[in-house]
Amino acid sequence: MGLMSRTSNVVRAWISKLLDRAEDPSVTLDYSYERQRESLQKVKKGIADVVTAKKRLELQTQKLEVELPKLDEQARQALSAGREDLARAALERKAFAQQQLQGLDQQIEGLEQQQEKLAASEKRLAAKVEAFRTQKETIKAQYSAAEAQVRIGEAATGIGEEMADTGLAIERARDKTEQMQARAAAVDELVESGTLEDYTSTGTELDRELAQISATRQVDDELARLKGELESGGAQKELEAERRK
Amino acid sequence: MIVRLMGEGQYRLPDDVVSRLNELDDEAQAAVEANDEPKLDAALDEMWELVRSSGERLPDDDLSASDAVVPPSDMTLEETKRFLDTEGLIPDLS
Repeated sequence: MGLMSRTSNVVRAWISKLLDRAEDPSVTLDYSYERQRESLQKVKKGIADVVTAKKRLELQTQKLEVELPKLDEQARQALSAGREDLARAALERKAFAQQQLQGLDQQIEGLEQQQEKLAASEKRLAAKVEAFRTQKETIKAQYSAAEAQVRIGEAATGIGEEMADTGLAIERARDKTEQMQARAAAVDELVESGTLEDYTSTGTELDRELAQISATRQVDDELARLKGELESGGAQKELEAERRK
Repeated sequence: MIVRLMGEGQYRLPDDVVSRLNELDDEAQAAVEANDEPKLDAALDEMWELVRSSGERLPDDDLSASDAVVPPSDMTLEETKRFLDTEGLIPDLS
């Protein structure tokens, strides 16, 4: 048996499982139509889920893009303070952030493709559901019971195929979305557990060290100023003492 | 005959290309059995290309059932196997 026959079998088995639930042929039409509308709702929800996942990744992208110039500035500050080690740490984080950004771009593109596929599925299914609705009324009004049953079977199979097709598209989009959510969550977890430094939050180790440097500088400056004052004060006193003599 | 490309839609295919489609179909099936993913991809890509270029697209509101159904060409070997499995990849509507 070829791949096409096996695929047809999978689709036909799915359709008969769907239609077997309506045992009375007279309710098959309405039952099928009801399932079709559910199928349309599912594909709409599938699209909404993909859009939500995409937005989350876009937000991460924005955060990282804000972070890049900050890391550059930190590296510059560290270097001017003679701390090459800190400058290196900042640039390492910048490289990591850039890697993440590239990955995010690809993932967003992947989700966009899923969104387009689902939107095309929805359009096809909606057109068939509408055609089925019209045909359903015609069949009910114009055909004898036996004839109607044949036509019902044909139309239900035709549209059942589209529903199975849509079902597969939804499932694949869900798989892809879940994989990306899991990856995003894993990065968040690493960040939270401290394995990676959180490049999106303030007050990191690098920030603290840089703050330390600038505090040390300030203390040094003030010490120098005080020393200067003391020295000139001391000189003044010596002068005054000299004058009194 | 009417052929459905899963994820894309249905086409009416002239009789003279059906035998070529069947040949490719056998290659695809052999590739699945041999766990040969590149060969499966190549066979499916060619099937899709053949149906798209020789077939006539049915309108979206056509309710005809298909005579043959071609699986998506962008699934991995593992996905294709899961899809063809009795459990299936297509979720129940309930």
